[in-house]
Amino acid sequence: MTLRAGKVRAVSWGVLGVVALLGSWELYKFLGPAAGFVVGATEGETGSGVMLLPRTNDRAMPHIWDMIARLGESTSGGTTPPLIVPVITAGLTTLGIAAVGWIIGIVVGSILGAVMQRWRLAEAGLLPWIVVSQTIPLIAFAPIVNTIGMQASRGSAFDWPQALSVAIIASYLSFFPIAIGVLRGLESPDRMHLDLMRTYAAGYWQTLFRLRIPAAIPHLLPALRLAAASAVVGAVVAEVSIGMQGGIGRMLIQLAGQGSSDPAAPWGPTLGSVALGLVAAGTVALIGLTLKNYRRGEQTA
Amino acid sequence: MTTEFAVRASGVGKTFPTKAGDVVALTEVELTVSAGEFVSLIGPSGCGKSTLLRLIADLDSATTGELEIFGKPAAKARIDQDYGIAFQQAGLLPWRTVGGNIALPLELHGMAKPARAKRVADLAELVGLTDFIDRYPDQLSGGMQQRVAIARSLAEQPRLLLMDEPFGALDEMTREYLQGELTRIAKETGAAVVFVTHSIPEAVFLSDRVVVMSPRPGRITEIVTTDLGEVRDETLRESPEYFTRVTAVREALHGAPVERANER
Repeated sequence: MTLRAGKVRAVSWGVLGVVALLGSWELYKFLGPAAGFVVGATEGETGSGVMLLPRTNDRAMPHIWDMIARLGESTSGGTTPPLIVPVITAGLTTLGIAAVGWIIGIVVGSILGAVMQRWRLAEAGLLPWIVVSQTIPLIAFAPIVNTIGMQASRGSAFDWPQALSVAIIASYLSFFPIAIGVLRGLESPDRMHLDLMRTYAAGYWQTLFRLRIPAAIPHLLPALRLAAASAVVGAVVAEVSIGMQGGIGRMLIQLAGQGSSDPAAPWGPTLGSVALGLVAAGTVALIGLTLKNYRRGEQTA
Repeated sequence: MTTEFAVRASGVGKTFPTKAGDVVALTEVELTVSAGEFVSLIGPSGCGKSTLLRLIADLDSATTGELEIFGKPAAKARIDQDYGIAFQQAGLLPWRTVGGNIALPLELHGMAKPARAKRVADLAELVGLTDFIDRYPDQLSGGMQQRVAIARSLAEQPRLLLMDEPFGALDEMTREYLQGELTRIAKETGAAVVFVTHSIPEAVFLSDRVVVMSPRPGRITEIVTTDLGEVRDETLRESPEYFTRVTAVREALHGAPVERANER
């Protein structure tokens, strides 16, 4: 199988997966009971009993084509622009914030990873805390970061923007895969290569730049991709949690609130955030292409 | 520098501390390697031949005894780049081209780019890889990769070459070819070679002297001088003198308490 055929095949499987997902949505909507299937409901009492199959009416499950058509319709009636315009604007705002969070995460994660690789003691002391840090619920943590930021900048000339809180929270999620990826990557050169550098009387920094960092790249690319996706998720959640206006997270909440009267609308920003994740992952894939020579070991094991 | 010895070891020993007590890897090694001399270390696994090479390279430090490389302590010789080294695996950096790999030590030591390019071209020619200078290691055969590793070990024009079973992973044909190449290169560069191997014919074909070692504890049991002269070519492999030496080394090896490698 040639490389090209392999690529075509991978793309076809990807497309097939999406089609299967959309298909099963519409299939269930077509076959499932409109009012759902409820066991043990008390007559005349709404919300009683256990729902085994969800409702398939248009309010609960709008048609996919309605979701897409809704993107072209005016946002909230009258002369407001079609929904897709605010979705894109909000999406770009969130993407920008997520990108800042991603970069902060890369800087912090790389430093932590490098420090842990350099000193075993630092690894023993830091790694457990880094793992624990990811178990803190973001939704509770976000307002705290925002409050600390506002309090810290109170009375000073610098006015703490909410967006900065959001970026920091995004970085809180994204630094984790980077720190682990950098640590594992920098540790990846084998004994012989390290011996070789020693015979060249190469110091720590020379070994770092000529051997450890290039060898770490195959470990870094998946870490960067994970971090980018985490940054997007973190930014969306943080926007919702601290109530920041202008991003796609806030828009999701707003439109979901109107969901009963306009069920297709919240799917607009939902698709928008999916697109954000794809853009983020795609950016990393592009970075990966420029580093092809550092991934030679991966192709020909 | 007026020292005539590339390597001089006296009373060298190496003990590795383990949970089950100290393991003596090497004891009472007395060995001198003259400048320009080709010396092989041979013996079963666990005889300390690789350990001795690592001590000379200052990748480990001796527990006892004195070890001098060109009259200096091993650490100083390493920092001064007095030796070049090649291992069983070529150990090329996969993200660097052939040229980039040969240039690595030169780059690390700050050689200017034009001089570096010239030196790399010379070395590639020496090992017959001029046409492959822009290829990546994964595009080369094992034998070619090992030739790159040899070129790299010669980059700093060392007067001593340390080789740890460099042809061990190659097929017999490639192996014999590279053995011939190595004797030519060693002669051209005038470098002394310390060559670790577990192949008797290889040791005899290449060396001026074959150092026979034995395990538990690792030590030198006999040193066989080959006296096969300067020219090492294919006719030598079929000559009676060659067979006599192979037999001599084999007997020296088996005279030591026989211990098969796979019984360790």
